[in-house]
Amino acid sequence: MTSDRSKAGARRRPQRHLPLQVLVGFLVVYFLVPFWWVIVNSSKDAPGLFGGGNTLWFAERIDYFGNLEQLFTYDNGIYGRWILNSTLYALAGGVGATVLAVMAGYGFAKYRFAARRFSFSLVLGALMVPATALVIPTFMMFSEFGLTNTIWAVILPSLLNPFGVYLMHVYARDAVPDEILDAARADGAGEIRTFLQVAFPLMRPAVVTVLLLSAVASWNNYFLPLAMLSDNRLFPVTVGLGLWQGIASANNAGSTSLWSLIIMGALVSVIPLVIAFFTLQRHWRGGLSVGGLR
Amino acid sequence: MIEKSAPRTQEKTHKIRGKVRLREHLMGWLFVGPFGIVFLALLIAPLAYALYLSLFQKKLIGGTSFVFLDNYVKAFTDPSFLSGSWFVIRFSLVSIPLQIIVALALALILDAVTSMFTRFSRLMIFLPYAIPTVIGAVMWGFLYSKSFGPLSDIFGLLGTAPPDFLGSNLIFYGLVNVVTWQWAGYYMIILYAALQGIDPALYEAARMDGAGKWQVALRIKIPLIAPALLLILVFSLIGTLQFFNEPQILRSLAAGTIGPDFTPNMYAYQQAFALANFNYGSAISFALGGIVFVGVYAFLFFTRKRRSFL
Repeated sequence: MTSDRSKAGARRRPQRHLPLQVLVGFLVVYFLVPFWWVIVNSSKDAPGLFGGGNTLWFAERIDYFGNLEQLFTYDNGIYGRWILNSTLYALAGGVGATVLAVMAGYGFAKYRFAARRFSFSLVLGALMVPATALVIPTFMMFSEFGLTNTIWAVILPSLLNPFGVYLMHVYARDAVPDEILDAARADGAGEIRTFLQVAFPLMRPAVVTVLLLSAVASWNNYFLPLAMLSDNRLFPVTVGLGLWQGIASANNAGSTSLWSLIIMGALVSVIPLVIAFFTLQRHWRGGLSVGGLR
Repeated sequence: MIEKSAPRTQEKTHKIRGKVRLREHLMGWLFVGPFGIVFLALLIAPLAYALYLSLFQKKLIGGTSFVFLDNYVKAFTDPSFLSGSWFVIRFSLVSIPLQIIVALALALILDAVTSMFTRFSRLMIFLPYAIPTVIGAVMWGFLYSKSFGPLSDIFGLLGTAPPDFLGSNLIFYGLVNVVTWQWAGYYMIILYAALQGIDPALYEAARMDGAGKWQVALRIKIPLIAPALLLILVFSLIGTLQFFNEPQILRSLAAGTIGPDFTPNMYAYQQAFALANFNYGSAISFALGGIVFVGVYAFLFFTRKRRSFL
């Protein structure tokens, strides 16, 4: 379905409007300026940063490797730990949320079971509950069970992804014909096998989208880990850099080296997701249009 | 495919279909069950617990006592909560239309003009979405800062003082800019995907009828992507009302400007974690969640597009 549409788009005659392209060009510069600033300034040492040189161009001394080495050795390599923690939270939260969403979306779309309409409207209602409103109550609940300040405090709440269920429901409803499922059942395949071998491959574009969206949401999460974790060795990179930034701003003069660590840290922390987005482009773009469908 | 399955899901479930097999009930719940458990444990239970906690107050003398709605009365007469709520409402009214206009204009241009450059632009404009909001705020904090930012260089050339986006006069626009930079590209991609789904034959037909490019954009493209527009409107509304990350991060750079009660969410965080006032923090969280839920629901109801989006 989606592929027909993108083919239709490609068939349109290419048109070039120079003024519009120039306008887009200006906007691209705007969207890239912060990246450029970080790329340039992560090459500078403290004198380069504070020496009053051009802030949008390289200083005389370009020292990426020195800064990288500092970043990964500072405080016994705590930054590397943060990156690993973020990766763990994003993978566990992303994969877990996706598995649950795919199963639930398929179940809602393909089975008529008791209380189905009621439970689905609960899921739709949950789309409108702001995630952060749950953080303090969840913290209170977890502290009763001694779960705060553990990795589970960050991973478990990430498993809840009602939007993923909604996306998978829409996609399974439209992209998995009942006839194929019935044919598989008639051939003697059980329900689980029908789901895994027949339905799942058809749902793959939406699965990749949901996986990417939930992994990004976990990777980007700040409020939840900030509230849940007090041991800085469990921090994800967002909370860690926020901590450094707070320290660096609090004693501006004494921590010039921390600033260059933060800049380098910001650069390193965005690289994995940028790579993931570029390499997985083909997969997520098809799935993103699902949410906007009627 | 859509026509075939839509009536089945909407109408036939009402009727009792011949014999509803127990097996189908079981399989349905088997698939939905795991999510259902997470839903109950991590959404319903915390909400219920927050509601319960919010009905109590903890005092130094006399311990915890049941106060019914006192915490809510306190919240809705608390200047900190009210000014924070007023801020996020004003912020939504300015930043959401701006983000959507930028995203829509870009999506329409990138849909109509195809070249190597626009394909490249599409990715670059989307790039900020891959950046955690915390890192985005850190980056813009650098750009705004007097010591590392380019603003003083640029405005120094013009011989004027640089604007201070971290000062109390401009912090509002400083944050509008960060949020627009972060999300406009994501919304653009959603709208672009919707535009690509329109059948080009419709444009041909409109051209035959004498419609110009602007008319095609305004009368055909925008109405046809209305569901996608509504979707991003709802997302941005939910996101903006729970504003936390960016002001929390910029706070350390703009200490005098952004107080701990800058947004309702920051205030709830302060009450719960800095002041250990969990009952009142829960009440604020619950009140905020309630406001967002009711607000979004009312919005969807009044736009009468509920069916078309959900």
